[in-house]
Amino acid sequence: MSTLPPAPTPLTLRRNVQVTIDGEQVAVPEGSTVLEACRARGAEVPTLCYLETLAPVNVCRVCVVELEGSRALVPSCSRPVAPGMVVQTSSERVRTSRRMVLELLASSVDLSTAGGDVHRWIEEHGARPERHGPPAPAADRDHTHAGHHDPPAVGKAATAAQPVKRDNDQYVRDYAKCILCYKCVEACGEEAQNTFAIAVAGRGFDARISTEFDVALPESACVYCGNCIAVCPTGALMFVSEHDLRAGGEWDESRQEVTRTVCPYCGVGCNLDLHVQDNRIVKVTSPLDHDVTRGNLCVKGRFGFEFAQGG
Amino acid sequence: MDLRTTEAPPSADERLAVDSVLGPPESGWFGGGRTPLDGHIAVGGLSLARRRRHLLLPSLHALQERVGSITPAGLGYLCTRLDMAPAEAYGVASAYALFSFEPGPPVVVHVCDDVACLAASGGDPAGDLARHHGPAGSRTAVTWRPSPCLGHCEHGSAALVQAAGERGGRASLAPFARGDMDRLAALGADLVLADLPVPLALVPQAGAEGTRLLRRVGRLDPSSIDAYRAAGGYEGLRRALEIGPQGVVAELKDAKLLGRGGAAFPTGAKWEAVARNPVRPHYFVANADESEPGTFKDRVLLDHDPYALIEALTVAGVTTGAEKGFVYLRGEYPLAAARLEHAADGARRRGLLGGDVMGSGIAFDIEVRRGAGAYIAGEETALFNSLEGRRPEPRNKPPYPVDRGLFDKPTGVNNVETLLSVLEVLSMGASAYAQLGTPDSTGTRLFCLSGRVARRGLYEVPMGTTLGSLLDMAGGVAAGRPLRAVLLGGAAGSFVGPDDLDLPLSFEGARAAGTTLGSGVVVVLDDTVDMTAFVGRVARFFRDESCGQCVPCRVGTQRQEEAVARLAAGRPLGSVDDELALLADLDQVMRDASICGLGQTASSAVTSALRQGLIGDGAHLANGRRR
Repeated sequence: MSTLPPAPTPLTLRRNVQVTIDGEQVAVPEGSTVLEACRARGAEVPTLCYLETLAPVNVCRVCVVELEGSRALVPSCSRPVAPGMVVQTSSERVRTSRRMVLELLASSVDLSTAGGDVHRWIEEHGARPERHGPPAPAADRDHTHAGHHDPPAVGKAATAAQPVKRDNDQYVRDYAKCILCYKCVEACGEEAQNTFAIAVAGRGFDARISTEFDVALPESACVYCGNCIAVCPTGALMFVSEHDLRAGGEWDESRQEVTRTVCPYCGVGCNLDLHVQDNRIVKVTSPLDHDVTRGNLCVKGRFGFEFAQGG
Repeated sequence: MDLRTTEAPPSADERLAVDSVLGPPESGWFGGGRTPLDGHIAVGGLSLARRRRHLLLPSLHALQERVGSITPAGLGYLCTRLDMAPAEAYGVASAYALFSFEPGPPVVVHVCDDVACLAASGGDPAGDLARHHGPAGSRTAVTWRPSPCLGHCEHGSAALVQAAGERGGRASLAPFARGDMDRLAALGADLVLADLPVPLALVPQAGAEGTRLLRRVGRLDPSSIDAYRAAGGYEGLRRALEIGPQGVVAELKDAKLLGRGGAAFPTGAKWEAVARNPVRPHYFVANADESEPGTFKDRVLLDHDPYALIEALTVAGVTTGAEKGFVYLRGEYPLAAARLEHAADGARRRGLLGGDVMGSGIAFDIEVRRGAGAYIAGEETALFNSLEGRRPEPRNKPPYPVDRGLFDKPTGVNNVETLLSVLEVLSMGASAYAQLGTPDSTGTRLFCLSGRVARRGLYEVPMGTTLGSLLDMAGGVAAGRPLRAVLLGGAAGSFVGPDDLDLPLSFEGARAAGTTLGSGVVVVLDDTVDMTAFVGRVARFFRDESCGQCVPCRVGTQRQEEAVARLAAGRPLGSVDDELALLADLDQVMRDASICGLGQTASSAVTSALRQGLIGDGAHLANGRRR
């Protein structure tokens, strides 16, 4: 097998920009974001709606930092660095806003299948979601009318609680777990798949991810690429296989093995990470840093694995 | 993109409605009948249809007015015409209060129960209506819904009547009494919107000496361009063309004109930045999405002096090098929409708009676009998204509109009062204008007086006039009752008390007192107003109007409403101090971490009400936490 010559290193003409993060100077390439500068400095800045393969939408506001000269805090994920910026990632103001963002989310959304970092951040920042009261009963969130809502149930905290949407054999949508990070909409639309099967609908606390008129996925434009599942940070979108194993209390990541392989269906060469538990494929992902797929797959790579386990 | 729309065909009415905006379908690819030729033409990429996405909102209006709701088939046809995914179009449409998605009665009466009408009524307008006409949204031929401020606050009550059908549309009714609802209910589907009385404007100073912005209001036929010109109209544009863009910018800078939209940004600097931007084309937008509760100044000006905005926007366009201007008018102002359209037509016919403005060789034209019930669309970047046919969600700034605004091009945007003030600067000259008001807040300012004041209405005073003298002009508190508080600046403003009557109404005066002039709202509250209900209404307003994009505002406005409701009911979770600490935390995260001005000010009134001891166990709350 002949070896290919190494790809030429692209000529970068990006100048470095000096910024101050938490009192220390750091030089990052022009065009970097404040978040990248913070990470270069080694400061942990939590993120939820940010993903390196998607354009930042800066909606969750958990990554806000204090920028000298700015009246409000700024979202580090989307703000480009400018020479001489002075940034605080852990000031009292920053920690209060971060704590409150985490607290507001935890008080309104089921974060039980969100990543471990989220729970650590909630604890570290001392967020107390319970002080907003016990959860109000689940409500119909798919037919709210913009600008109208029922008066709050005194003493109860409204939440996103609602029944799981299970309308196809591939994946479930449990919007009680949705933090409205917009990533699935981005992945379904302009950022990856260009299918536009889902969008944010409604507004305010009633905003939600929805197909047109909340039709079931089989009646929608969905092509079951599952790229929305791949970017979901809270497990609101989940393989049916994972969902059912979790429901039965059998989901156990410590018993899972992840095997990287190449998708056998066509010649593109997408990498697949097969998550295998008890000798069954329970989930398929693709590495974000793969330069062909950037985490994306099609319906065959994502869901076409039944043949591999004898039907 | 493979478009997938419903297979249900649109009704004849739905086709007519959409085609009335978009014209007949170009081909079988875009919803027309298939011809043999269609099989030989492929249409893809950024097709013509997709570039017309900005016509989404006008088309949705057409569907709503003709059919009474947005149906899957109607939306499907519209999406085929615009080459747009139905999920996206649904996402946009469902963000607006004036569109509905379930077949409903042909006539819907939106009844204001917002702060100004709540204060003026001395009771519970929505509750009264519910007792007499059944609950909101009930399925009779004529139904009603509670509505946020409809911008007729000087009447103390108001409704917006929305009717569907061939002669469908909207009309305002103000004042609005329970008997009016009876009459509408009796008419049912026979209602003819054009037969409803045209609401008047209450402008106690109309035509008085010393008024500038109000000097034509009520004295001219608003449909006559000749009357407007005879009263000095279009002299501002003539002068702007004489002195050129640099001259206009210099005048605005010398006059020290600051934007009246709330941020008090220097108008001259903004115009200069747009004019100098090398990226083309430029756009200019008149922000007439007046939706701040308690505000009705734009409505009065646009209903009664529509040519002034057309002229002012033309001045802005020729100065900043924009060829196209938009008036983004709130959807609840049907009369202003008709009069502005008429004025733009008139100006076009006289060569004051179009390819050769006033014989200058400069091209500029204006389009009037209507909002559809979304306070957030008044935020300038959300406004751009709305015009572009996207969800009215604010954009992150920077980039600022002067660099990347409407359609990502350099855009100037000013509200109506600012634009009309530009005409005053041009007609008086910068130095004379700067003599008005205070050294740092020049010119005059409009104030919308409503609630429990003797003579409600729109007032114009020099900047720096004290709150007390403004109240005196309006005859003081109605029936001579004691003043309890004033909501200054709107729902996004704050409460001031009887001790603040010497507050100078200027940008610097308000800032020094830790408050804001906002949109010039002055809701007067006496000892008969149920303050708990009043503050609760403000909390409900923000819960209803948040776009939902960012967490601090989306969940924060919900939690704020809940906390206010607990305090109002005397049922705090934990101690009252716990609740105050919680509200203080909500206040901080919304002010500090929200994307836009809505979230950043959503807690302002509630926080100031607590500080002033206006709700709940007032004394305890006030002593509990002062900041």
